[in-house]
Amino acid sequence: MDNSWPIWEVFIRSKNGLEHRHCGSIHAADEKMALENARDVYTRRMEGVSIWVVESKYITASNPENNGELFEPAQDKVYRHPTFYNLPDEVKHM
Amino acid sequence: MSEAELKTLETAFEQKIQDDVRIEPKDWMPEKYRKTHIRQISQHAHSEIVGMLPEGNWITRAPSLRRKVALLAKVQDEAGHGLYLYSACETLGISRDELLEQLHKGTAKYSSIFNYPTLTWADIGAIGWLVDGAAIINQVPLMNTSYGPYARAMVRVCKEESFHQRQGFEIMMKLAKGTSEQKEMAQDALNRWWWPSIMMFGPTDAESIHTAQSMKWKLKRKTNDELRQQFIDQTVPQADLIGLSVPDADLKWNEERQSYDFGPIDWDEFWQVVKGHGPCNKQRINTRVAAYENGKWVRDGAMAHAAKKEVRKAV
Ligand SMILES: [Fe+2]
Ligand SMILES: [Fe+2]
Repeated sequence: MDNSWPIWEVFIRSKNGLEHRHCGSIHAADEKMALENARDVYTRRMEGVSIWVVESKYITASNPENNGELFEPAQDKVYRHPTFYNLPDEVKHM
Repeated sequence: MSEAELKTLETAFEQKIQDDVRIEPKDWMPEKYRKTHIRQISQHAHSEIVGMLPEGNWITRAPSLRRKVALLAKVQDEAGHGLYLYSACETLGISRDELLEQLHKGTAKYSSIFNYPTLTWADIGAIGWLVDGAAIINQVPLMNTSYGPYARAMVRVCKEESFHQRQGFEIMMKLAKGTSEQKEMAQDALNRWWWPSIMMFGPTDAESIHTAQSMKWKLKRKTNDELRQQFIDQTVPQADLIGLSVPDADLKWNEERQSYDFGPIDWDEFWQVVKGHGPCNKQRINTRVAAYENGKWVRDGAMAHAAKKEVRKAV
């Protein structure tokens, strides 16, 4: 029987004001152990003030093969950027 | 997939690598790339884990509390390095259990340097100074390797390594300045660890089968011989500084090359150790296998506990 500990993805907030960032994965039997292992593996030098762990199987990821249909439509939406709009030189700070 | 389609994918892939675009786990990659990376990353992970054994031998015998906390922290870091790397390797679609099985069965390798024994406290100094020193030279270029998870793990590893080398050098420095017995002990450790450390960079370029492909995929940025020369040029003056002599009668500064010339390396010894006939190969693997087997009831128990909690939650 395969009885190995599941994989968890680890996200660390390095300091207040910054977002949690993915830093790797660990194995653990449950969420409590996942937090403890993440702490031991990824924050031995004060790299974090907060940890999130989530079992890897619960993450849905986009497929790079679909990158075209997912991300390319944004490429021709230049009007979403401020540089698309022409202003007279007299207008400052806008 | 037709041959033409495969060719197109491969060309696009090689172009990405050339343009320094990182390869991420879900991206398409040639089977050979995946296999080579599993081999190299797992071998690297196993080296970190097996590497804890020779040093672990001295944690309870460290000569002072200062030395003991430093060594403990270093060995704990090596465990961390092993785990970062296993984690990176698993993104290539191989499980932790399979990786450990390969180590235990001897189908995966680890760095041969860890098959040498740690006979005296000075060996802990020599390992930090020379073995971690050589590891740093090998690892720094890998921070820019093409496979994203490997490169990111190496950034973490490299940040942590420099204290390892310093604590080792400090031990050697102190012994070299100590009583004549202490100095002798330091010299003896240098004598035993020097050549195995030189061999850590692998066979000479002429003999190395993987170099060309590895260069292309940025698994290597400099050749074995270039890295070895860099290590020697950097380490010899450090030995001079603390009054120890490098055990190589042919070692000589070459003014023209601005590098040290060095004597012949005993490659027979290298291959003997790689093939499993080093002083501690059997002991190292037996210790790892025993740790894994003796820990089975803990792993099973934790899973049983987690399953029981799940059931209670559901009720
Ligand atoms: Fe390490
Ligand atoms: Fe290290």
